[in-house]
Amino acid sequence: MSAIAAAFDLVFQPYVLLVILCSSVYGLVVGCIPGLTATMATALLVPITFFMPPVPAIAAIVSASAMAIFSGDIPGALLRIPGTPASAAYTDEAYAMTRKGQAGIALGAGLVFSVLGGLFGTAVMIVSAPALAEIAVQFSSFEYFWMAVLGLAGAVFIGSASVLKACVTLLLGLLVSCVGMENPAGAPRFTLGIGELLGGVALIPMVVGIFAVSEILRNVTAMDAPPKIGTEQIGNVFKGMGALLKRYWLPLIRGSALGTIIGIQPGSGPDMASWMSYAMSKRLSKEPEKFGTGHVEGIIEAGAANNSSLAGAWIPALVFGIPGDSITAIAIGVLYLKNLNPGPTIFINNPQAIYAIFIVFVLANLLMLPLGWIIIKLAQNVLRISRAVLMPIVLLFCIVGAFAINNSEFGVLLMLIFGAIAFVLEDNGFPVAPAILGMVLGNMLEENLVTSMIKSDGSLATFFTRPIAGGLAAAIFVILLWPVASWLIRGARGEKASGSLTEAVPRPLKKSSAARS
Amino acid sequence: MKVNDAFLGSVFLGLSLLILWSVRSLPKIPGQDVGPSAFPSLLASLLAICSVLLVIRGIRERRLQPFFQAGAWTGSWPHVRSFLIVIGGLLFYALSSEYLGYFLCAPIILVSLFLSLGVSAAKALPLAALATLGAHTVFYKMLLVPLPWGLLPVLW
Repeated sequence: MSAIAAAFDLVFQPYVLLVILCSSVYGLVVGCIPGLTATMATALLVPITFFMPPVPAIAAIVSASAMAIFSGDIPGALLRIPGTPASAAYTDEAYAMTRKGQAGIALGAGLVFSVLGGLFGTAVMIVSAPALAEIAVQFSSFEYFWMAVLGLAGAVFIGSASVLKACVTLLLGLLVSCVGMENPAGAPRFTLGIGELLGGVALIPMVVGIFAVSEILRNVTAMDAPPKIGTEQIGNVFKGMGALLKRYWLPLIRGSALGTIIGIQPGSGPDMASWMSYAMSKRLSKEPEKFGTGHVEGIIEAGAANNSSLAGAWIPALVFGIPGDSITAIAIGVLYLKNLNPGPTIFINNPQAIYAIFIVFVLANLLMLPLGWIIIKLAQNVLRISRAVLMPIVLLFCIVGAFAINNSEFGVLLMLIFGAIAFVLEDNGFPVAPAILGMVLGNMLEENLVTSMIKSDGSLATFFTRPIAGGLAAAIFVILLWPVASWLIRGARGEKASGSLTEAVPRPLKKSSAARS
Repeated sequence: MKVNDAFLGSVFLGLSLLILWSVRSLPKIPGQDVGPSAFPSLLASLLAICSVLLVIRGIRERRLQPFFQAGAWTGSWPHVRSFLIVIGGLLFYALSSEYLGYFLCAPIILVSLFLSLGVSAAKALPLAALATLGAHTVFYKMLLVPLPWGLLPVLW
């Protein structure tokens, strides 16, 4: 109990509460602006969190990402441009509602059910994470090796438009993690004689480069005309929400549960959660014919799903140190920088930090109701801010943020290199999220592989004969067989499969990248 | 900028071969079979396999995938200009901020990108000044990041 009291003490301090408030407002504004994604919001925030104690740092990331995922719905409903890829699944639906004069209901449902979905995911996290940690304490290097492989396999094999290309970016990320002296012999590896690389490639300039600089490059080279801002009057967004809740409680629970599960599954995040739950909603709805004509049911289910997946993604992140999506990958990097290494021991040695994270999640989701209401009221003004004004300012913050980590210009150079590479790779259909997962998990994977190999005297059999390790290995083979299985299922169902869940899987990446370009 | 998968595949194949060749010079851990070269060798071998598959795919789909296709924006000078300013601005900052200082570099980058993106000069100048000061306040004053003063004396 004293740990819980200590956690409340950690969170309910003016400084931490102010951080939560500011990062929430920041997340809402960034998420609302098309072309600036939730991941970019997180990446840009990281250099600032670098200077904070662990709890406010994590609080900033949690609040900003949760708010950004919700407020991505706003331009989706008003302009038919998703603010973040996670809103893309139901953008057409929300816009159709706006055309019918129901913008208030579309946005209100997006807001209220995002909050409920987020709270659902948080509840699952609070219940399951400590229980899982008790199992995880018994893990040895063999199990950790497989856990890391499981996380990476999930990133590549589930939800990638091209498994081969996802493999390539994952391997590139892992190879980047090999740079530096943190290896079994402590010898400089791939440092090219550059002193700054002895400590490895700094994560923050890499993250800012991949998620922010490449996004700036994409924005300044975008050929589409600036969107026309409508003048829809948005009434009381909370009106009628009680009735919707009564009518659609089942889709809400279904979406939240699916979202949480997808979040837990490493490598797939909110984008995937909203695409899959929208598809599921349409399939299981009593009125599937209304979907696409401005029907609120899909928005409720998918809106709850993408927010619940955010909390779900934190479960493997906290318990095993395996990120559930790119946002938690960045957060894990921050935790490592703060010497608060995620994993089961944190639950024993530092339980108040874990409880503090739980409290922050609840707070951020509750705060979303009033702040979300305000941003919806101000949306027309926020949407009027032009990209031409924003991009140079974002670029300046990238520069200063990349410099701040080691107080060196080398960080700016690294950021440029990774930004340019990510820009070219994304243009060619290579997903970049696996690279971040690889970069974050690389050291852990190598350490556990080498330790295990030394322990077992080079024999591979031990990787499979320990019971949990063997079970994890089996799970990985199931994931490896996923694309084959879904291909077979589709083949067996023939044409009927269109619109099914298996069919929905490859779509998110294609659609979300299309939405961004 | 779209290039054929075979081209990127060859680049990655070259990279993996280079890694495989360079790990041979890494030291070993005395008395152990696995050392610092084991993990990167494994990764580079996997990357080599993926690269070969990419090359094969690129060649097989050569009718669908042109060898090189510049994005539509490369035909529009304002877009190319903005792209070059972002890249050039970052290079400029990395190479010259220590000498020139933050207060000279940041406004130069900001104003040129604002103007290139079509923001009027009347708006670009005050915006650049505000953003420069804002970022300086957050990072230098509040987070104590030693942004370089360069040619200017330390003012605050």
